[in-house]
Amino acid sequence: MNEYILEMRNITKEFPGVKALDNVNIKVKKGEIHALVGENGAGKSTLMNVLSGVYPYGNYSGDIYYNGEICKFNGIKSSEKKGIGIIHQELALIMYLSIAENIFLGNERSTRGIIDWDKTRSKTVELLKRVGLNENPGTLIKDIGVGKQQLVEIAKSLSKNIDLLILDEPTSALNEEDSQNLLNLIVELKSHGVTSIIISHKLNEIEQISDSITILRDGKTIESLDMVKDKVDEDRIIKSMVGRELTDLFPKRNAKIGETILEVKNWNIDHPMYERKILNDININVKSGEVVGIAGLMGAGRTEFAMSIFGKSYGKNIEGEMFLHGKKVDFKNISQAIKHGLAYVTEDRKNLGLILINDIKRNVTLSNLDRVRQGIIIDENKEIVEVEEQVKSLTIKCSSILQKTKNLSGGNQQKVVLSKWMFTNPEVLILDEPTRGIDVGAKYEIYTIINQLAEAGKAVIVISSELSEVIGMSDRIYVMSEGNITGELDKSEATQEEIMKLIVSEKVGVSS
Amino acid sequence: MDKLEYKNIIKKLKSIVTKVGDMFGETMIGKFLGKNKQVLLIRSMISNNIRQYGMIFALIVIMIFFNYQTGGVSLYPLNISNILLQNAHILILAVGMLIVILTGNIDLSVGSVAAFVGAIAGIMMIRNDYHWSISVAAALSIGLMAGAWNGFWIAYIKIPAFIVTLGGMLIFRGLTLVVLKGASLGPFPDEFNSISSGFIPDIFGGDGLHILTIVIGILFSLGYIYYAYTGRRKKQKYGFDVAPVWMTVFSSTFIIVALNLFTFTLARYRGFPNVSIILFIVIIIYAFITTKTVIGRHVYAMGGNYEAAKLSGVKTKKVMFLIYVNMGLLAAISGLVYAARLNAAVPKAGNLFELDAIAAAYIGGASASGGVGTVIGAIIGGLVMGVINNGMSLMSLGIDWQQVVKGLVLLLAVWFDIATKNKAK
Ligand SMILES: Nc1ncnc2c1ncn2[C@@H]1O[C@H](COP(=O)(O)OP(=O)(O)OP(=O)(O)O)[C@@H](O)[C@H]1O
Ligand SMILES: [Mg+2]
Repeated sequence: MNEYILEMRNITKEFPGVKALDNVNIKVKKGEIHALVGENGAGKSTLMNVLSGVYPYGNYSGDIYYNGEICKFNGIKSSEKKGIGIIHQELALIMYLSIAENIFLGNERSTRGIIDWDKTRSKTVELLKRVGLNENPGTLIKDIGVGKQQLVEIAKSLSKNIDLLILDEPTSALNEEDSQNLLNLIVELKSHGVTSIIISHKLNEIEQISDSITILRDGKTIESLDMVKDKVDEDRIIKSMVGRELTDLFPKRNAKIGETILEVKNWNIDHPMYERKILNDININVKSGEVVGIAGLMGAGRTEFAMSIFGKSYGKNIEGEMFLHGKKVDFKNISQAIKHGLAYVTEDRKNLGLILINDIKRNVTLSNLDRVRQGIIIDENKEIVEVEEQVKSLTIKCSSILQKTKNLSGGNQQKVVLSKWMFTNPEVLILDEPTRGIDVGAKYEIYTIINQLAEAGKAVIVISSELSEVIGMSDRIYVMSEGNITGELDKSEATQEEIMKLIVSEKVGVSS
Repeated sequence: MDKLEYKNIIKKLKSIVTKVGDMFGETMIGKFLGKNKQVLLIRSMISNNIRQYGMIFALIVIMIFFNYQTGGVSLYPLNISNILLQNAHILILAVGMLIVILTGNIDLSVGSVAAFVGAIAGIMMIRNDYHWSISVAAALSIGLMAGAWNGFWIAYIKIPAFIVTLGGMLIFRGLTLVVLKGASLGPFPDEFNSISSGFIPDIFGGDGLHILTIVIGILFSLGYIYYAYTGRRKKQKYGFDVAPVWMTVFSSTFIIVALNLFTFTLARYRGFPNVSIILFIVIIIYAFITTKTVIGRHVYAMGGNYEAAKLSGVKTKKVMFLIYVNMGLLAAISGLVYAARLNAAVPKAGNLFELDAIAAAYIGGASASGGVGTVIGAIIGGLVMGVINNGMSLMSLGIDWQQVVKGLVLLLAVWFDIATKNKAK
């Protein structure tokens, strides 16, 4: 028998104007965890879409061997039949259906068209146990967190008796605890004979669990390595990914901190629908030239806080005071907030950040059409020039500024969102998980941009669940937990342990 | 027929559709000229507008077909004039509907609003002898208010547009019946009636040929040339790639010949009908707003992703409200044009107008999920339907068959859309 469960040979896939994959080769051994890494736009997701039949046979060139036989998939269903399951970068669960319904969607347990609910339930319980999720099968997807949703996705794949599981950035939306759970699960599945391919930009995770690794750059295979034999570590991966050595993860900056620009006092908000307090007496301030981090777990209320100060775009019964340059302000809507120099880069770029069916140009200028307007007319020539400039300065990889944003890779989409807000020339820039799903090289670029903004005297707030990022970037850190600020640390006193302590402290306080 | 055979037929049909697409599209030019930068530019320009070129081509084919079938009658100056008169009210509605559809919504109430507005105009002018200008102003304000009513519930209270406007359809139809007491009112004063039966005066006093109409055609041609020329110059000044000269010349020539042929044909009858002037003004204003202005951008953005647009500072509620107010205004204009054409206010006026307007927008390339579509496309879509109706009538095929064909055209057009889009992937 063949020791390889999968071999993809000379895969080439073109989109209009881009060669996303150029003679890519990858070999995956039976029962291993194989990592697939590369910069944004390297072609990882595309390769996996080819493998799982999202791009059907005939749409690419090259051969796929699965268990030694040549396969020509013409859709997801046909690859699933062979035992290949894929979990996409964006979750594909239906919010208003239950866990059980989601797991068996399109694959219902039924006799003559009538769903057998008992069987569905008992099967679901079994699957949930396998993925270590302790939830009622009847719970609606919308009522569980992203971490658990990810586990449901895996259970859904397992329900189809797969032996090759593809995970496209499974942990990018998870906090550290949930991520660790998920990684443990993948290792656990391996011991039951499930082979996995995992795509991730979190190289420490890759180092932790994978057996071998394939690195893509610009649509080409750079190399395939055995983690143990080749003694692969993070630096080695980075070098191969970006083609050069990256000595520092965080660029240096000379902090020239000036006067307070934004100050928020005793900020309280309620949930928009339920009678529930989301934020409790939040007090923060940011100074000119300063990068302030807000650390915390997912669900701590950081996004809600950011959105509530950004023109009241979240929450009900908003109370508290806000000062810009010491003057009290009260933004009634988002466009007022923007006009006063606030910008909020959302954590959810697909649903809240971009208009996916529109091109890069229209997305970049949307928040500040005034800048390219002459009277009531939009000066498209000027618009093109300005957007080209933005695209160049952020090195967005695209075929042209008229490329639809839905066809960009995740990292480049993030850069488009960022450039949209840079285009408004903000004074206070709030970045919510700005490097989620972004490769190391691009992260560095984004950090550099953040530093440049700070050096230009802007106030920057970075919300991040990655502690190393918060610590690496910030001059000052607020720790938030369950709607409260539980601590404030200076750069000099901030360590992972210290922050974790503050995150947990409130929890302890509440339960005791 | 077994399954395989059936599949093959579908495949063949599909390939025919995509080939038709290709004819205007990328591959042909690519084959002739090879791949260089300019070709890529042309290719992208064409594939971006393939839907519109396809519809224009389809419209021409349909016109030639009917011209052949009717022994030339369908292209008589009189008939061309008639097509304008018969369809102006739907085309006006289609413009407003396109904008509504761009946001991913719909407006089912426009036919009823048009009827109600016509009824009010009738009551004011015929029953109460108000001057036509006051009556028209009042009728238009009623349209604005009806639109504001819909817009309020949709934009601010967040009731789905389908439900609000379904309600509006019943409400305004009911009100029409109430104010007309179920009976028709007519005739209108001549001044009002001439909106839809009159023609623009010929200040040059041409004999047998309407000189002013021809002059307007020429003026617009000059304007177009100027616009195309300065547009190119500006692009060059910015250092952008521009389409090759032959292509600009070719497309401008095509447009100018078509325009002057059209005005010349009209001139051979009685010149521009008054209503066509209203129609052209509406088209120009809204084509301008949707493509060149900030609010136009906002409309497309909202249709593409409502939440993202909102977080980008688009005042989504206000824009949505205004879109419906505007729809009300256009419905009112449409209602007046229609009442003037019938020369009566009738309780059943405007029946199914909404569906014709919606079909026009879809045939013209709008997407049901919002964010995609153009005013010009909707107008071409409306004309395709209008020309087919007219041609079939000339061939003495009745409303019954016209409906069947209209339905099929709608399906075919959207299929063409999907087929060419899939290919682009
Ligand atoms: N449908 C499409 N149409 C056109 N271009 C596309 C399409 N899908 C992907 N691309 C292009 O193909 C390239 C590879 O994209 P892909 O999504 O595979 O990258 P990736 O490695 O998964 O990146 P990320 O880490 O950012 O998710 C990119 O340049 C992208 O712009
Ligand atoms: Mg990807």
